[in-house]
Amino acid sequence: MWQLAFRRIAIGFLLVWVVSVLIFAITQILPGDAAEIRLGQDATPESLAALRREMGLDRPAYVQYLVWLERLLSGNLGVSVAGGATITSLIEHRIGNTLFMAGMVSAIAIPISVTIGLLAAMFPGGLIDRIVTAATLGLVAVPDFLVAILLILILSVQLNWLPAVSYLSGTESFWQTLRAMALPIATLVTVVAAQMIRMTRAGVLNVMNSPYIEMAILKGVPRRRIILRHALPNAIGPIVNIIALNLAYLVSGVVVVETIFAYPGLAKLMVDGVQSRDMAVVQACGMIFCTTYIVLILVADIAAILSNPRLRHPK
Amino acid sequence: MTALLEVRDLWVSARKDDGSDQPIVKGVSFEVKPSEVVALIGESGSGKTTIALSALAFTKPGLEFTGGEVTLQGTDVLTMPRQEQRKLRGRRVAYLAQSAAATFNPALKIGEQVTESSVLHGILSQEEADRRAESLYRALELPDPERLGRRYPHQVSGGQLQRLMAAMALCGKPNLLVLDEPTTALDVTTQIEVLKAIKEVIREEGSAAIYVTHDLAVVAQIADHIVVLYNGAIQEQGPADQIINRPTHPYTRRLMAAVRPPPAAGEDAETDEPGQQRPPALEAKSISAGYRIASSGKPLALVLRDVNVAVKRGQVVGMIGESGCGKSTLARVFAGLLPAMGGEIALDGQALAPSLKDRSRDELRKVQIIFQMADTALNPRQRVGDIVGRPAQFYLGLKGEAKRKRVAELLQMVELPAAFAYRYPQELSGGQKQRVNLARALAADPDVLLCDEVTSALDTIVGANVIELLKSLRRDLNVSFVFISHDLSTVASFADEIVVLYAGRVVEQGPVNQVLSPPYHPYTRLLITSVPELRVGWLEDSMTTREAAAGIARAVEISAIGCPFSRRCPLSIEGTCDSELPPIRTPSPGHQIACHRSLGEI
Repeated sequence: MWQLAFRRIAIGFLLVWVVSVLIFAITQILPGDAAEIRLGQDATPESLAALRREMGLDRPAYVQYLVWLERLLSGNLGVSVAGGATITSLIEHRIGNTLFMAGMVSAIAIPISVTIGLLAAMFPGGLIDRIVTAATLGLVAVPDFLVAILLILILSVQLNWLPAVSYLSGTESFWQTLRAMALPIATLVTVVAAQMIRMTRAGVLNVMNSPYIEMAILKGVPRRRIILRHALPNAIGPIVNIIALNLAYLVSGVVVVETIFAYPGLAKLMVDGVQSRDMAVVQACGMIFCTTYIVLILVADIAAILSNPRLRHPK
Repeated sequence: MTALLEVRDLWVSARKDDGSDQPIVKGVSFEVKPSEVVALIGESGSGKTTIALSALAFTKPGLEFTGGEVTLQGTDVLTMPRQEQRKLRGRRVAYLAQSAAATFNPALKIGEQVTESSVLHGILSQEEADRRAESLYRALELPDPERLGRRYPHQVSGGQLQRLMAAMALCGKPNLLVLDEPTTALDVTTQIEVLKAIKEVIREEGSAAIYVTHDLAVVAQIADHIVVLYNGAIQEQGPADQIINRPTHPYTRRLMAAVRPPPAAGEDAETDEPGQQRPPALEAKSISAGYRIASSGKPLALVLRDVNVAVKRGQVVGMIGESGCGKSTLARVFAGLLPAMGGEIALDGQALAPSLKDRSRDELRKVQIIFQMADTALNPRQRVGDIVGRPAQFYLGLKGEAKRKRVAELLQMVELPAAFAYRYPQELSGGQKQRVNLARALAADPDVLLCDEVTSALDTIVGANVIELLKSLRRDLNVSFVFISHDLSTVASFADEIVVLYAGRVVEQGPVNQVLSPPYHPYTRLLITSVPELRVGWLEDSMTTREAAAGIARAVEISAIGCPFSRRCPLSIEGTCDSELPPIRTPSPGHQIACHRSLGEI
């Protein structure tokens, strides 16, 4: 079993490396290099060449890649084109915000989703199940920006309960921060929970057709214990996977929601980076997103392996 | 004596998609007295499981009780409140399912599953339940009873799981046991063990039982009272002795006839005249093969060792042995699904590439395989016509009208209506599905058909019909068969030659009537004496007279040195059998026995 887990981890490292090559290659292919961007319209060929030499852009691509990789690993990513702050400090600030948001959303969404999913699976076709299925199906079909705008319309514009914008200056108290973030959190919880509920329900129901569940019924085991003790342990794999996918989405895929609420998160930093053609920021954000994705999927895979007694206790 | 369970005029219906009800059980009445074993016998679809489950007030999804009463110790269980029904299950009535492998939850430890019911119902504390489970493991002759409870289901064998399920059912000391084909999926040798264990435990515990099965010979060993069912209605019921020895209803007689006669030397093999010096249709020469190939290219678990088998043109070679003996592995080696590690496969005297990938299309066409699970071998999204037509097109290039005609012809050959071409597999019964598999294999116009346990998953009567079909096809088509089964009687009725495999080696082979008459290899003798006979008391007789009693329970172990059977063999010679390969003795031409004992001794 450990061999299996280690192999997964090794593959994870390999993937992160492949991603770094891809990200570097893509920014190389884009027209215009960092020197052109920095000098802008008034570049003369001489000043361009001078700046390229200074920035090391005249060296072969693989050398540039290695230099970039070394900087990436040591956390020294240089200075941002706009603003002039170091990229590392920019990211440090934003990553905190993003992780805080992702953490709050997961802390609310995961327990709620798993509970609702299990409730729906307990009596398939019953009233609760039908309501849950219809509601989640509807929510899965609605794009996140629409949910966000609807929530703003109702809770901020009409009822005036919560602020529509979540801009943080860094001086707010914890409660002020929470209040500012309430709407984006609510939006994201709605979006992620729908998927997780559906997957939990499907995963458990899939197991509920097994002969061993029928046996549990015939042993007189109460419904709730059947779901929690007999079905859930066999459905852990798919559930953990969908949770991991949604967590990854919370870190990297929330650009639209962050933009709508003007929340200073990592995804918004990347979008701003693209607008100001700040390649170093885009590369760094890309690396962080991809690595998060890989790490979370890896964790889910390993959790699925650990939850399987056949792998945990070989013959 | 008042009845423990009384079923009166029970009706169960299936709700169809259009909302109408189709009765599955039609007015069945019978009773179970305390400490009596009542057998429900019939084919699949006879409603026997549905009736048995009514004692637990349970129906499979899609079915519902539509009439009658099921009275357990004076109360009707069908009209009880849900909570009361739940308390009844596992405490007063316990259930044993057919496939223990599927019925044990893979994620939970055995001990928890065995004791769960009695602890939940408050009959025993967890400690008492654990102690009781341990004593049941001992009574059921399970290995390592102290630590068994801490293992997971996948860590014990199929026969052990089946006995563990008996422990699970008995742990809460129920008044009534419902046993649903508890030995059907087992090898003959394991079946005896489980039957014996169940019978003894039932007697000691004094509980009554409903025993559901399609196998009359098994019923004869265990039942006091027999209820014969057909199509949801009782055909005949009475004391076991009367039903078995003096059946009155024609359906019961038909069931008796379908019971395969105990294996005996068959009629003389008609063919096989000398002068036929053509090479065999398919031949295995010193084949060795195994699974889990290591990176070095060598298998970690060698299953077949030095196997020599020749399938003559137009002949049927039956292959027998318990599960784990390598029968299916040999079929997979023949088909090229599992490349052999050593040795050679020859088709018509020409060497065949070990792997499927390297065989030509015509070589592939000549060897076709049919699997045990008719269900899973058919693509549920393809119509029968496409399934059967595909090989006809692939191998023989038939298209359009010619292909359609060929499919109709093939379906007729396997005795299915031509209109079945437009059906999907799930619209067919198990026997019909297996016929489609057969038609699919025949569509390639093969020289050799590899049949891997093709009737094992089917009912007695349905299985017997499929065998009849195979026999007639063999006469008409001049196809050779490799017929794999753990059921000796089926093999004996169909094969010309028998190969007995044990732990990946051929221990005996030869013409049917010679293999099935003395001298026997000790393993062949064990297999033959393990087939239940259709008579009351056979189980007890065989347990007392059996010289091999010590050897039955053991699992098949594969070993590299000595005679593979030595550890279970009653005639084993210490120092010889466990260290040296046995010599091959030939009592008559074509008959080989691998044994250290002389022919006189065996």
